[in-house]
Amino acid sequence: MKSFDWKRNEVLVFAVIVAFCVLATLRDPNFLSIPTLTDLMRNSIVLGIFAVGAMVVLVSGGIDVSFTAVAAFAMYATTVILRDLAPDMPWPLAFAIATLIGAVLGAINGVLIAFFGLPTLIVTLGTLSVFRGFLLTFVGTLQISNLPSGMRDFSRWMMVRGTNSDGSFYSLPWAFAALVIIVVATWFILNRTMLGRAIYAIGGAPESARRIGIDVRRTQFFIYVFVGALAGLAGIIHASMARISNPFDLVGLELSVIAAVVLGGARLTGGVGTLTGTLLGVALIVLVRNSLIVIGIPSTWQSVAIGVLILVGTGLPAWQAKRAEARET
Amino acid sequence: MPPDAQNAPLVTLEAVTKRYGAIAALDSVNLTIRAGEAVCLAGENGSGKSTLIKVLVGVEQPSDGRVLFDGVPQPRLTPTAATDAGVQVIFQDFSLFPNLSVAENIAMTAERATGAVMVRNARARARAADVLARVGVELDLDARVERLPVAHKQLVAICRALAADARLIIMDEPTTALTEREVARLLDLIRTLKADGVAVLFVSHKLAEVLEVCETVVVLRNGAKVAEGPATEFDSASLTRAMTGRDVATAPPAPLDPAAPALLKVEGLGRDGAFEDISLTLHSGEILGVAGLLGSGRTSLAKALFGLARPDRGRVTLDGSNVPLGDPIAAAASGIGYVPEDRLTEGLFLEQSIAHNIAIGRFDSHSDKGVLNLGNLWSEAADWLKRLSVKAPDPTAPVRSLSGGNQQRVVLARWMARQPRVLILNGPSVGVDVGSKAEIHGIMADLAAGGLGIIVISDDLPELLSTCHRILVMKAGRITEEITGGAKVSEADLSHRLAS
Repeated sequence: MKSFDWKRNEVLVFAVIVAFCVLATLRDPNFLSIPTLTDLMRNSIVLGIFAVGAMVVLVSGGIDVSFTAVAAFAMYATTVILRDLAPDMPWPLAFAIATLIGAVLGAINGVLIAFFGLPTLIVTLGTLSVFRGFLLTFVGTLQISNLPSGMRDFSRWMMVRGTNSDGSFYSLPWAFAALVIIVVATWFILNRTMLGRAIYAIGGAPESARRIGIDVRRTQFFIYVFVGALAGLAGIIHASMARISNPFDLVGLELSVIAAVVLGGARLTGGVGTLTGTLLGVALIVLVRNSLIVIGIPSTWQSVAIGVLILVGTGLPAWQAKRAEARET
Repeated sequence: MPPDAQNAPLVTLEAVTKRYGAIAALDSVNLTIRAGEAVCLAGENGSGKSTLIKVLVGVEQPSDGRVLFDGVPQPRLTPTAATDAGVQVIFQDFSLFPNLSVAENIAMTAERATGAVMVRNARARARAADVLARVGVELDLDARVERLPVAHKQLVAICRALAADARLIIMDEPTTALTEREVARLLDLIRTLKADGVAVLFVSHKLAEVLEVCETVVVLRNGAKVAEGPATEFDSASLTRAMTGRDVATAPPAPLDPAAPALLKVEGLGRDGAFEDISLTLHSGEILGVAGLLGSGRTSLAKALFGLARPDRGRVTLDGSNVPLGDPIAAAASGIGYVPEDRLTEGLFLEQSIAHNIAIGRFDSHSDKGVLNLGNLWSEAADWLKRLSVKAPDPTAPVRSLSGGNQQRVVLARWMARQPRVLILNGPSVGVDVGSKAEIHGIMADLAAGGLGIIVISDDLPELLSTCHRILVMKAGRITEEITGGAKVSEADLSHRLAS
């Protein structure tokens, strides 16, 4: 980086992460260690996949709050299908089913938003409730702790495994590769394809996009299907890693995810957002959730800390921009 | 088809009619534009200008008549077909992507036209750099468009059209947001384009600019072409007459009673970086004009008088008593009213009712221990609606539903309900068509005759000349000249004094 541009959220969030790590290391020299890192990475997988999806929606000028319900639905429905119909199905097929279920539910959002032109927040608030209600009413309410063999196999598949000096274990599952693949693929779509640029264009000025011939509806439809698919995948990964499929899980996370994305510099008004920022935002939120206790702040302060981070992290750049604007006029 | 397609005009409209229900927005309009030619399209709001543009770019299909490109009829013109034929519009809002870079904005239309699925950054940047070089402009290719000044945004929009191989560029009132020097550069650019064989359809009614670059003027009124001819054969009066269909009175206002008492006194007012050493006296019943270009400090001065900006020096007195500076509520309480330039964002609550918009400044005087007396409030609002003859079907309808001229009257009515002594009007007829404009001028004259002092800030020189007793010329934050009423000053003359 040539110089630090303090008006960028990415830089600010990065600085806060570094400061947090320095503080934590001062209090506990063991903080800076491989186990901390693998913990952070492991806990970022599901949140990170969600955040990538949420960012794409924000960039396009919309907002999606239903993805957690989509994920819970895809996760639980896939587990039930596997348990009842094909207990020996290998995990890649199971993941494909969950992704497909997510894509179908995303397509419902897509139809309502792109083809009926309804406001994204209202549609996804509605579908959040509908998907969740449907899941609990028709699919089931009992958590499944005896996961099908495919999902169990996946959860045991470790990328890194090691023993700490005190004899405890640490590990990083291959599920982390899913996040890496999704980030790379999304980066490619957003920055290297005309479709991705159309997403930014729509988020920046929908009317202008229409005038230069961008098919706004088709692009929006793609976005919500894509986000649904990501959510489905995140859901099944979550269940596999947790070794339990609980239909009451995940819903409630959506605001934390959106907070992470906004913290990373994505604008709620659309058109602006980067994957780097999003991942930094996720890392910071996970860090605060996991390790606040290390720097001597009781964990009951967690949500206060996250709230303050959001206010400062997004408020400071906005306030600076406003002051710069006031100086010009 | 014409025998010689090579000499066929670039664009031809043959008896194009567009009906919406029973109303003809365009009535049998003929128009030809040749390569390298600039045509001015003039007309009031609702005259059919925008419909004509929409037909040309394929957004609307004509109900009758036909559109020809290069002599070839276009039976079902689509936006894509129009773009392929090289017709590009520079919209008033430029229709750019504020969140994307200059390079991407310029190249996007052209890149999409290649049908590419992948982004080809190198090619896109080269394309953008080429076009910028062609028009002789230097812009940072990586700058985000939202950070650019207005004039540069416009250049980006023009470059985008050129990058998409534009052969006819339609510019919708391209100079409204530009300063004098930027207008000059734009006109230079248009001359360059013409020399390159690009045709320009220039939507404007600022005659000075039109005369500089356009060969032909076409005037629309109520959807029909009412005048067409070489630009040199028009003058301001004949253009206005063609647009409105009547002689709009441009006689100076009735002379001011020399014994009229001084009302508002401004002494040595200054605000760093905006204006300096402003002194003026406004008499009861006087309409005082402040003329100045964008950036001359005219808007800052208006805002400072109403307390929206705090002056660093000087004082303002009304009837001899001090008006607190930098406090709009105090300014309003002492009897000053301010009608902002942009009534849509600064003046009105668009979604709220007409009556509510008028009453909103009067809640204090109609409240009884905090409870509003709605009956009184409503009848006062209705009274002012009638007195300013707002054409509103229903006072409970949202203000958004009114025309520009009627919206402006609602803003006026709100202030008049407060019975101010001085009214500051910033651009009172921006976005108001020529007919309503004359009526608003009439209202101003009536109000002044009742003893109100009015300050009009405007860059619409004919407006100032026809309404004001005196005109102060503002340049670079200072008042440089005072033109007293009745003086035989022409528009061109005043325009020269502003710019020189």
